[in-house]
Amino acid sequence: MAETLDLSMFVERGEAGAAHMTLALEGVACAGCIRKIESGLIKLPGVIDARLNFTQRRLAVDWRDDEINAARIIAAIEEIGYRAHPFAPERVDADDDAEAKRLLKCVAVAGFAAMNVMLLSVSIWAGNVSDMTQETRDLFHWLSALIALPAAAYAGQPFFHSALRAIRTRSLNMDVPISVGVTLALGLSVFETAAHATHAYFDSAIMLLFFLLCGRYLDLAMRRKTRLFAGNLASLKAEFAHRLEGSGELVRVPVAALHPGERLLVRPGERVPADGTVIGGSSAIDDSLVTGETLHRTVGAGATIYAGSINISGALTVRVTAAGVGTLVEEIEELLQKATAAKSRTVRLADRAARLYAPVVHAMAALTALGWLAAGASVHDAIVIAIAVLIITCPCAIALAIPAVQVVAAGSLFRSGVILNSGDAIERLAVVDTVVFDKTGTLTLPEPQIEDTADIDPDVLERAARLALSSRHPLAAALARAARERSPYPGAIEEPGQGVRAMIDGSEARLGSAGFCGVAEEAQGAAAPRGDASIITFVHAGKVARIAIRQALREDAAAVVSALRERGLRIMVLSGDRPEAVAPVAQALGVGDWRAGLTPTEKVAIIEELKSRSRGVLMVGDGLNDAPALAAAHVSLSPITATHLAQAHADAVFLGDRLDPVLRALLGARRARSLMLQNLALAAAYNALAVPIAVAGLITPLIAALAMSGSSLLVTLNALRARVRL
Amino acid sequence: MNVLIYLVPMALLLGLTGLIAFLWSLKSGQYEDLDGAAIRILPDDDISPENKRE
Repeated sequence: MAETLDLSMFVERGEAGAAHMTLALEGVACAGCIRKIESGLIKLPGVIDARLNFTQRRLAVDWRDDEINAARIIAAIEEIGYRAHPFAPERVDADDDAEAKRLLKCVAVAGFAAMNVMLLSVSIWAGNVSDMTQETRDLFHWLSALIALPAAAYAGQPFFHSALRAIRTRSLNMDVPISVGVTLALGLSVFETAAHATHAYFDSAIMLLFFLLCGRYLDLAMRRKTRLFAGNLASLKAEFAHRLEGSGELVRVPVAALHPGERLLVRPGERVPADGTVIGGSSAIDDSLVTGETLHRTVGAGATIYAGSINISGALTVRVTAAGVGTLVEEIEELLQKATAAKSRTVRLADRAARLYAPVVHAMAALTALGWLAAGASVHDAIVIAIAVLIITCPCAIALAIPAVQVVAAGSLFRSGVILNSGDAIERLAVVDTVVFDKTGTLTLPEPQIEDTADIDPDVLERAARLALSSRHPLAAALARAARERSPYPGAIEEPGQGVRAMIDGSEARLGSAGFCGVAEEAQGAAAPRGDASIITFVHAGKVARIAIRQALREDAAAVVSALRERGLRIMVLSGDRPEAVAPVAQALGVGDWRAGLTPTEKVAIIEELKSRSRGVLMVGDGLNDAPALAAAHVSLSPITATHLAQAHADAVFLGDRLDPVLRALLGARRARSLMLQNLALAAAYNALAVPIAVAGLITPLIAALAMSGSSLLVTLNALRARVRL
Repeated sequence: MNVLIYLVPMALLLGLTGLIAFLWSLKSGQYEDLDGAAIRILPDDDISPENKRE
């Protein structure tokens, strides 16, 4: 059947037939690739420009619509030797890009101002102990003001805006004491300069802004990098659906472009692209990604099917229903709303520190002023000393203490295959004492694997595997992975829902259900011993082989679970699958605490109950039915193969076929948290040393500058220790 | 100390030039593909074969 590819949702239209599209590329690795792709595309008639961003592995193409179309361009890239996936830029990305640019400008302005003010300040400090006249010093102070005031007004905006937002919602964050400190330091300095004083704090204020902006930019850059990577992965995974047009024509469209009411064709072996109602055909459906159930469900006209299920045997015609319709989805949506609302109540470590810190330093400054007044100092002196206390306590080190560790630890986790969705996930991961696993797709591999094949003749297995290459059946795909020779047998014919047959060496070979191979009676007995395995039968030249295929545990699942248990964590398995399927898995892992046949509501209830008894619950799951539990747990992880909804509600996503990123994430987070606490302690120790000097009125701008940069450097260097190989 | 009258403006002007140059490079998108820029200088097919031999 002829089919056309409709990519219009990814294409941005300009004037006069101009079109633009962004593609995520696979396989770009070398210097030659850039030239090959760009010049190969520009040669095509109608292509105006092609520019590959090597850092992002994304290609921007402009073309004229009347001469070439998006599908042709993708085909051309494939001819050159790369796979291209259309990429729909998200709003968040654009916002992040703009934010990063704005921050970088602020960093540049603050850096320029800090360097020049410091140039003047060093001259003043040197002049104060030699022969500088008062006029020269005043000139230098006014020059510093001229640079520092506009620079702070510009570069301080990220802090001022955030502080204002916090105060409007009647809360405190670190930006409040920062803004107060910077504003007072600048105000005092102008006042003192006008009074021809020896000391002004322009350099302290602007340097503080520079350090903090650097920290903030690094934080954003790390988040952008992980989001970029996740965005590329998402478009690599993006799925297409076959839409049936009114005329009976079949059009391939990206899943995101589907609308309720449209009719889809879902062929055997394909994933169901959207929630819908079956209107024609009948088939068996593998719901394991949706409910965790590994037993196939038979569906016919009128049945509801969910996105993420796999169609096993027959072609289905499906009418797309609006999101949120259908009992399972409605239930999950409702649970998600409740769980997300509850989650926002956890308070981040940095905000907790800020809530404690801001009132203490502000009270201390006030007390200092009152103390000096009581001791007989003039109002001017008392206020100058109080503001010096605020400047010296201005939380440079404290504000860097946590983000610096977060940036380094997130980078370290990224390299070991864990992509964080939220910045504070590290803190929450570190206090976990209970780990809850889903079974299907989390402890087990998302795709079925062939079972131990020791008692099958390798030659027969190879022939069966090669024959399986010609089948679209999901179970056959597992068998096909075992084939050493990757070319299918010529003339192989698939009978949907039955099996494949081909002529091998002059005699017919059949692969498929026992009935199809004509060995029904024997096969029943062989299937019995392992409850949840499916059997594929292969017959050729009088030889019969039965190959068991089942959901296999991830290779290192048992090792990871026992390593977690050794570290004192409580392990639990919550599955939507049948008890007969869950029991052997739990037994293989040595987990006594397991429940099977759970609905999403029951999973959430168990998580809530665990939360009331422990410090932190980590949920690891991948299915649609896990999404509410992922949102309800303190912190959650999903494998990259998880459903979209599950990934959206997980705090981090891990890559690969192994489970050990879960362990690495936990250990890395624990280490990062202890470094965060160390950094807070360092910052507190610095304050304990510096504050008495400030209260005693002995602070000079030189001491303030040394103390501030010294403590910031110290916490930053300490944060770098999070960069160990996990 | 009269030397300051032109030294200080000169120092500031130099710094300001650096700042403006950075902001310009940021605006013209030079930081959008750092890895690509490092690699794009390697192909030498814009040089004609005769020049290569020399």
